[in-house]
Amino acid sequence: MSNSRDQILMRIKQALGDRTDDSDDKIVREYNQKSNLSAEEITGLFEERVNEYRAVTKRITEDELPGELQKLCEDAGVKTMVLPTGINESWLSDLSEPVTLLRDQPDRLSKQELNECDAVLTGCFLGVAQTGTIILNAGPGQGRRVLTLLPDFHICVIRQNQIVRMLPEAIRKLDQTVSESGAPVTFISGPSATSDIELNRVEGVHGPRNLHVFIIN
Amino acid sequence: MKKGSQPTFEETAGRYIENAQLRWNIGHATRTIRDKRQLVVQELDDWEELREAGRQIKQKVMNSLDRYLLQLEKSVIKAGGVVHWATDAEDANRIITKLIKEKKETDVVKVKSITTDEIRLNRALENEGIHALETDLAELIVQLAGDEPSHILVPAIHKNRAEIRELFKDKLNLKELSDEPADLAEAARLYLRKNFLKANVGISGGNFAIAETGTVAVVESEGNGRMCTTLPEALITVLGIEKIVPEWKDLEVFMQLLPRSSTAERMNPYNTFWTGITEGDGPQEFHLVLLDNGRTNVLADETGRQTLHCIRCSACLNVCPVYERTGGHAYHSVYPGPIGAILTPQLRGLDDKSAASLPYASSLCGACYEVCPVKINIPEVLLHLRNRVVLHRKKEGGFRQKTDPVHLAMKFLARAFAKKSRYERLQKMGRTAQWFYEKDGAISNLPGELSKWTSIRDVKPVPDKTFREWWRER
Repeated sequence: MSNSRDQILMRIKQALGDRTDDSDDKIVREYNQKSNLSAEEITGLFEERVNEYRAVTKRITEDELPGELQKLCEDAGVKTMVLPTGINESWLSDLSEPVTLLRDQPDRLSKQELNECDAVLTGCFLGVAQTGTIILNAGPGQGRRVLTLLPDFHICVIRQNQIVRMLPEAIRKLDQTVSESGAPVTFISGPSATSDIELNRVEGVHGPRNLHVFIIN
Repeated sequence: MKKGSQPTFEETAGRYIENAQLRWNIGHATRTIRDKRQLVVQELDDWEELREAGRQIKQKVMNSLDRYLLQLEKSVIKAGGVVHWATDAEDANRIITKLIKEKKETDVVKVKSITTDEIRLNRALENEGIHALETDLAELIVQLAGDEPSHILVPAIHKNRAEIRELFKDKLNLKELSDEPADLAEAARLYLRKNFLKANVGISGGNFAIAETGTVAVVESEGNGRMCTTLPEALITVLGIEKIVPEWKDLEVFMQLLPRSSTAERMNPYNTFWTGITEGDGPQEFHLVLLDNGRTNVLADETGRQTLHCIRCSACLNVCPVYERTGGHAYHSVYPGPIGAILTPQLRGLDDKSAASLPYASSLCGACYEVCPVKINIPEVLLHLRNRVVLHRKKEGGFRQKTDPVHLAMKFLARAFAKKSRYERLQKMGRTAQWFYEKDGAISNLPGELSKWTSIRDVKPVPDKTFREWWRER
């Protein structure tokens, strides 16, 4: 095995011949990295772009969230809802029978249990307006990756101040996550989809088929 | 694969062109994606700056590929992963088989990965009694049909819904099934969900690997990528050594370039980035297999080297007038289209007749270069490879090659074009000789070897007075 390693490294050295050191090679980054949109414009754009993926968005105040959650569960027939560690408990105050809450602590939920759940409720790390993307980094209120994968309905709560305009801004904010904690990062842009059959877009192949985003002003 | 065991492009392209259903499917697909791509690319006023940054980053990586590989190795190990190096397909397949056997598994789940198609991993595993289940919808269709992928992004684009319905009914044992794409996708969802839940080993490719942090990215739409990289206890990722980018920050460039060029979306539904192992979240064992398999040969060619910048978006396939008519199968490679025409011959070497025919599968229109998100000058590499193919043939061909009519004709023309007096004398000779073949101002019927040229196009005769003659008279 180490033999293959030496061979590959040797072939690369031979292939490159007498190259020059690249340590001074500066990448010219003249693409847009910041924007001057107001918070309100950014939120509007985020909402529009998330909707284009056929995900549902709703702008509400934090006080309205518990009532909205209860109503959504009723309308969508959600009976069981998964909650990640560190979820904001005040969001849950209006949830009552028949919705059963399943917590991923102190014992982790099994794959089978998660597979049988109707929905999952999470917060998120960031939103990106330009692309209509929600970013999870396994922080509090987001939990393990599998929680947002097996249930068929993902309800995500995002605060207006978590939304950035452009992808480069988001990537830079994630730098610490990746470089220091090494936590996994997931980008979610609308529900799971495929265009594999005659290029017809079908929502929902393997991931959650429904994505609902509450934007808190 | 035995060298030269595949047909050349010319040998089978005609057959694919005659298949009307196939042409309709591919034509419809490529037109749809390229129109959509145009819209999402136009939306960005900094697209050219992004392309240039993408090109520069990749060039920087190639210039110090060994250093970045060692840095990646170090970061992955630090994050709890294991790194393996594979010189070729056989080497990689042996490593992966061994890892799976150590876990005593006979079934594994797989995310779509062209790199694993390139090394024929599924077949190698099958020979060892391990079944690798493809979980991307299109790859599943191709696998169930015992077929080959025909497009980088949408591998089953050559099949229509009726064909897929019959296939699923037969192979997934379904009595009732409509041909609605939503129902077909649902059938696949149910079938694959069971398998996801019980799989202990997942296999994936990777779109990017960050040298600085050891982070690997899988970019996808369906969620099968998330399933395979999250649910199993162990994850094995096969990565071509050219897929490295130096820093996390570089993804701000590639995560804009790739989705818009590939699926023609602002962002594809799911992207997963993992850094080694995270306790309590996802696989607790991670193996990264770094694959050469001819890539260092590509690196050794200064003009061809840029081929390694490719991020496998498939935008060049969708604009190519040749691909649009023949589809992917005519290329007899897992890398079809313009990028395949330059990558395949370099990976397999020019002794492989099938691969060596690919640089000619182009009209050199240049559309591929224009859409390439990392500015690979595909026409430049195509011409360069044509030249290499000729030189290679001359070197290998011996006496027979030296007396080959095409070779002799080219040599003759090169001499004729080298000097003004020779060129003009040849024009005069042509004017005399052509009277026999000229008809209604065109020559469409040349004799012998030259008939190959006129069998599909007319040649303009030498005019009564050439421009130079006319000029001199004034």
